[in-house]
Amino acid sequence: MLVHNRAGKWAVWGLFLVLFLPLFALPLLVILAASFAGHWSGALPSGFTTAHYTAATRGDSLQALTTSLVTAVTASLLALAVGTWGALGAHALPRPLRRVLDALFVLPVAVPSVVVGLAVLVAFSQPPVLLNGTRWIVILAHTVLVTAFAYQSVSAAVLRLDPAYEQAAASLGARPAYVLWRIRLPLLLPSLTAAAGLCFTLSMGELSATMMLYPPDWTPLPVQIYAATDRGRLFTGSALAVVLMTATLLVLFAVARIRTRAAYR
Amino acid sequence: MVRRLAWSLPPAVLLAAAFLYPLALVVRQSFQSDTGGTSLKPYTAVFASAAFRQALWTTVWLALAATACCLVLGFFLALVIAFVPFPGAKAVARFVDVFLSFPSFLITLALLFLYGSVGMANGLWTEATGEASGPFHFLTTPWGVLLAEVTYFTPFVMRPLLAAFSQLDTAQLEVAASLGARPARIVRRVILPEALPALAAGGGLVLVLALNEFGIVLFTGAKGVSTLPTLVYSKAILESDYPGACVVAVVNVLVSVGLYGLYRVVSRRAGA
Repeated sequence: MLVHNRAGKWAVWGLFLVLFLPLFALPLLVILAASFAGHWSGALPSGFTTAHYTAATRGDSLQALTTSLVTAVTASLLALAVGTWGALGAHALPRPLRRVLDALFVLPVAVPSVVVGLAVLVAFSQPPVLLNGTRWIVILAHTVLVTAFAYQSVSAAVLRLDPAYEQAAASLGARPAYVLWRIRLPLLLPSLTAAAGLCFTLSMGELSATMMLYPPDWTPLPVQIYAATDRGRLFTGSALAVVLMTATLLVLFAVARIRTRAAYR
Repeated sequence: MVRRLAWSLPPAVLLAAAFLYPLALVVRQSFQSDTGGTSLKPYTAVFASAAFRQALWTTVWLALAATACCLVLGFFLALVIAFVPFPGAKAVARFVDVFLSFPSFLITLALLFLYGSVGMANGLWTEATGEASGPFHFLTTPWGVLLAEVTYFTPFVMRPLLAAFSQLDTAQLEVAASLGARPARIVRRVILPEALPALAAGGGLVLVLALNEFGIVLFTGAKGVSTLPTLVYSKAILESDYPGACVVAVVNVLVSVGLYGLYRVVSRRAGA
């Protein structure tokens, strides 16, 4: 469309590949290759083995995977509940108040997650609520970090809802709770699942706030990956990273399937 | 009205208790010296340290450089995918989406294999020349962090751009071309004005993300590279200096919010 002659096209494509392959495709391929490598001291990895995966799916590493999954699922569900409630509540308010609520819910995105971690650490290491050293402090921090995304996603969808459906239901005598349960939430389902996927992904990969907070018996997968690479066990780290990516993509895929079924209904 | 307000209160109260209250405590602690009582001592101590000033400068220039590189690179890549499409361009666009769902530190991990001291690039070099060690040592310098940040954040620019390009009527391009405009001129006069809002949005996101990035810097493992977020971590967790960590945290939030505000003003002036 933009470049019409053949030579020009090939030149542009060549430049694209030269930039795209080493910058974006190569890093993921390298992690995949390294996770199977016995050693890598020359140009290419050698001594292919699946030992790193055997190590990555048992003991501490398996524990880290379940920790990550439990944390991400819990934090996503909590964030989804609070974010959806917040978005629906804000929608019913007059504009100035809605602005205040919007700002409050979006603020955690602008604040560095390390600072969120520090704040949660400072606040919940002292009375009245003592959470330091428990798994709940990690889950709480993740929830705070991802709630903003749930709120934004749902609140954009609420604005696009056709009010005719709920007005029709209400005029037929449906009470507000019934309208919410049978009309609004089903209509919001696609954006709810999209938000759930996003929250889950972010929580699975969260490292910065977690590094500030995690107790010894609740180490999520990213922390485990850091611990492995910091001790120089790069191949184990890569295998763990592949496990993390696979788990994330599998859950995202499952969530996307819920979405298509909801859209057909 | 009162009923509606009452219904929308609980989530706001929950968030305030889990986020605003902790943040307020951080600000309060940043004004407390070891002996107790309110004082500016933590601030004067932190501002006097060379490590802090170094970290502040590194954070700001890294974020600005990463934003600039991501904008240029992302604009070019999105341009090719949208307007000089090749077989598989759709798959590349989807790959970019997948890329966004991975955590940032994976990039640094990959770069360790590529450009680390025993990595692929140095391995190729020593095999080819027979020297004892290769020439690539930039990974533990700020340049390594910059490369990782550009790699990880460019998709954040490409996604809004691709969305904007998909709504651009290609007839405009055909008309401009048929009137004799060369590709460079079409890009400058037709595509760029349409893309400015998306470019500005992506750039703002990258700026904030780069200012707050932690995982990439932590994974380089370089003692020489320290940014504000890693300084917060090392002060709080490694040195247990909480007032100091809180001071750096407050400065980090102010820098992020301030630079983002400045960016919005500048990009509005520029017509986005």
